[in-house]
Amino acid sequence: MADTALDSPATAGHDDHAAGHATSTGLSNNKLAMWMFLGSECLLFGGLISTYMLYRGRHEGSPTPSQLYNIPLTSISSFVLLMSSLTMVLAVSAAQRRDDRNTTTWLTVTALLGATFVGAQVFEFTEFVHEGLGFTTNLFGSSFFTLTGFHGVHVTVGIIMLMALVGIISRSKFPGDKAEVVEMIGLYWHFVDIVWIIIFTLVYLIPS
Amino acid sequence: MAISERPSVPALAGNGGSAYVTPSSSMGVFRRPVSTTGWRSWVFTVDHKKLGIMYGVVAMTFFVIGGCEALLIRLQLAAPNNKVLSAGAYNQMFTMHATTMVFLFVMPMAAAFANYLVPLQIGARDVAFPRLNAFGFWCFLFGGIFLNTSWFLGGASDSGWFAYAPNTSVAFSPSHGVDFWALGLQITGIASLTGAINLIVTVLNMRAPGMSLMKMPIFTWMILVVQFLLLFAIPVITVALFLLSFQRNFGAAFFSVEKGADPLLWQHLFWIFGHPEVYILVLPAFGIVSEVLPVFSKKPLFGYKFVVFSGAAIGFLGWGVWAHHMFASGLGPVSVAVFSVATMAIALPTGVKIVNWTMTLWGGKLSFTTAMLFATGLIIEFTIGGLSGVTHAVSPSDTQQTDTYYIVAHFHYVLFGGAVFGLFAGFYYWWPKVFGKLLNERLGKWNFWLMVIGMNLTFGPMHILGLQGQPRRMQVWTDFRAGEGFFNLAFWNRVASVGSFVLALGILFFLINVLYTAKKAEIAPLDPWDARSLEWMTTSPPKEHNFDAIPHVHELDEFFHRKYEEDEATGEIRQIATYEDIMAEEMAHADKHFHMPSPSYWPIILALGLPIVAYGIIFQRILAVGGAVVILLAMFGWSLEPSVADESDYEPPTDGGTTKELATLG
Amino acid sequence: MSTAHALAVDDAAPGDDAAHADGGHHEHAHGLTDLGYVKVAIFLAVLTGMEVSLTYVHIGAFFMPILLILMVVKFVTVVSYFMHLKFDNKIFSWLFYSGLILALGVYLAALCTFQFFAGN
Repeated sequence: MADTALDSPATAGHDDHAAGHATSTGLSNNKLAMWMFLGSECLLFGGLISTYMLYRGRHEGSPTPSQLYNIPLTSISSFVLLMSSLTMVLAVSAAQRRDDRNTTTWLTVTALLGATFVGAQVFEFTEFVHEGLGFTTNLFGSSFFTLTGFHGVHVTVGIIMLMALVGIISRSKFPGDKAEVVEMIGLYWHFVDIVWIIIFTLVYLIPS
Repeated sequence: MAISERPSVPALAGNGGSAYVTPSSSMGVFRRPVSTTGWRSWVFTVDHKKLGIMYGVVAMTFFVIGGCEALLIRLQLAAPNNKVLSAGAYNQMFTMHATTMVFLFVMPMAAAFANYLVPLQIGARDVAFPRLNAFGFWCFLFGGIFLNTSWFLGGASDSGWFAYAPNTSVAFSPSHGVDFWALGLQITGIASLTGAINLIVTVLNMRAPGMSLMKMPIFTWMILVVQFLLLFAIPVITVALFLLSFQRNFGAAFFSVEKGADPLLWQHLFWIFGHPEVYILVLPAFGIVSEVLPVFSKKPLFGYKFVVFSGAAIGFLGWGVWAHHMFASGLGPVSVAVFSVATMAIALPTGVKIVNWTMTLWGGKLSFTTAMLFATGLIIEFTIGGLSGVTHAVSPSDTQQTDTYYIVAHFHYVLFGGAVFGLFAGFYYWWPKVFGKLLNERLGKWNFWLMVIGMNLTFGPMHILGLQGQPRRMQVWTDFRAGEGFFNLAFWNRVASVGSFVLALGILFFLINVLYTAKKAEIAPLDPWDARSLEWMTTSPPKEHNFDAIPHVHELDEFFHRKYEEDEATGEIRQIATYEDIMAEEMAHADKHFHMPSPSYWPIILALGLPIVAYGIIFQRILAVGGAVVILLAMFGWSLEPSVADESDYEPPTDGGTTKELATLG
Repeated sequence: MSTAHALAVDDAAPGDDAAHADGGHHEHAHGLTDLGYVKVAIFLAVLTGMEVSLTYVHIGAFFMPILLILMVVKFVTVVSYFMHLKFDNKIFSWLFYSGLILALGVYLAALCTFQFFAGN
């Protein structure tokens, strides 16, 4: 959906005839589309989480979840992702003040925090494989890596969008020009964060 | 047909000249496509009408392919111990028949109608995201082609259209068929999801002034409901297909029973998607007949609000009934009871619709054009299918019927008698709108009656076959076990096979009709049916910008209310304006300044990356990386390209005039 | 993207401020200040700390419900404040929460048929 988010950043949805309203609802097309996409993503992650919940106890041939999970590490990376939501919202806020310099800074920080999270996840995955839980080992392994992997891919896509956005803003001629794109990618980023809030509790903190 | 318009030109300027647009590069990547004629004007178009036509043509092609598959199945079952198809080929045939009809014909054909008509019905100039719209079409086309290439690359999927685990595991289906199936549906799923988001935003945000939600044409309403179903159902099948692909291509254990997997997980995920899917297939057809019946009854739709709300109720309830596909899987008595009751409940809003249609006909001045015949045909055939559907809701009876031909009979009555009849009603009704010519009524009548007779001959006997115990997907029958007397399997199988060819003949008449109509010179009047809704309030086919002036809407059935008025004293309807008056009035107030979205290379390039990735996953991983690079680059190109070309992309008119090309189609 | 958008471009250069002025951006008016966002983040951090520390103490039957409540509170806080749903048009809330509630409904029902909650 990266394309949607970046689509026609300046869409203000003007209409020549609608008195006082840009669109029938007065809302931006892009923002409506993004919220619908996120609503749809709930069903996607819901399915993955349910699959994990159904299969988490079926870990024949590998260490159990509670033996594997490194709660201190995951807590720190969860905290990092949570704070990236703060920096993201500060970027949105700066963009809406047409403050491109701060927008760029906060976007970069967000991308770095996101990269830290992904890095921790890669480290975690490698550890698990070393300890005997591979993707194909058992049902727990398949569903764990699929769920967290999907989330990791979402974060990665988010990082790419953030970096691209930094590039686009640096090229834009008018300050605050890309405020709506920043907001759009912000929504996506926060969504990835709230999915992790659920995964962190259901997968890591509640033992099977 | 013009794709690019120059900035700031009078909308009503001349027709037929060439465009004279020579764009400079947009954002330094490529020069924008500007062709207004030839194949480029179609391949790079973002015009919702062209995309609608392309959806329609491709879907019709797949309909013919899927129909041929059905005929092969019926040929195989036409005689005892038949050897038309081997067991393996037979499995592939019924799998691909269903997959093609559901995902590559009915859904995209509904998308064709939605794409073409929704912006026109709500008085908009295009959809909210024209490039996304083009992207969706190409995903559908490439996904469909990808799926069908499996025939030549080791065999198509043979697991049935609902692909139950663990039959889909490599051990039981070693060819690449299921891989193609899973990845191909993933690609067409992207088309559906982007289309859904696009159309919902369009309907919510781009309605003409004055068109509140309850003044929207009923077809647009049903399409809106369907898009919400797609929006929430597609991600569920996406999860299921991902799990399946991971299972087959990367060795995951999701459906490996030997590792303790629960095969019912697939059934749940599939049917959580699959049941809303049923309404995704049939609600557009309901929308079409709800447009057709009032026009040919010369009456407003009876109980518009009830039709809207019952449509929404069907959509909502459709989420709570999926497990009735799984009554025989040992869900346990509580689950079965809950889903059984929920399923019965869904008959209520459906019944409301049937009543509303019947009441629309009641007391109307009926004219039985072909479109009207198909619409009334739908009411009758769908009701038969709906009634046998209620017998499945009763779980003890369903347990007997599961996996028999009775089920096959049921869903063909609702899908052929419902969805397909509705689409055909739409063809005859909107053909003059889209192509400017009326389909031949005489050929149309042949088309209709052969289809009605054919479908009842084909699917009617399947009730008997099913209740006699003939299992679904059975490849051969023998005289020895066919039984005797009136209910013997041999006789009714032969009847069904003969019926299928009658049905095919009916569809052949439609195709002949299309060719015949294309050849003839006669142009249809602009308002051939004395229609009621906005799409008829412009030229046929509509100009690229749809309306010279965006209409201001005051009533449900706005076009009708501009033409007719009720005499307050006598209550009689009398004409106050002809459609010529109304269109002249609109033209006189044409909008001066607007830009249409510009064509783009990126949607097709982006979509092209997807099957490359899919082939890569199946055959050679490095290819997948290549495809991913294409996708990534296309995304960057897309996001850097403004949706409307900059002013600087156009040279000033070289002829000194202010014309812009608005050549019409056909 | 919308055709209508182009109308703005007629009078203003692309990206000109005018194109944004009335395009559905009202976050300036409502939403939190930057300090407000920091406070929300601190609140979230504290909740996360509580969640993690709960796993190290044994509180028996209350463990799971408290953890789930904390999760929901964090979720709703991010959605309401960081994603502005609390301040934004209700249509956005409808779209998002209908997806969320639908997901909860169908997947919980599916897990129920697996007797998933019977053992807990």
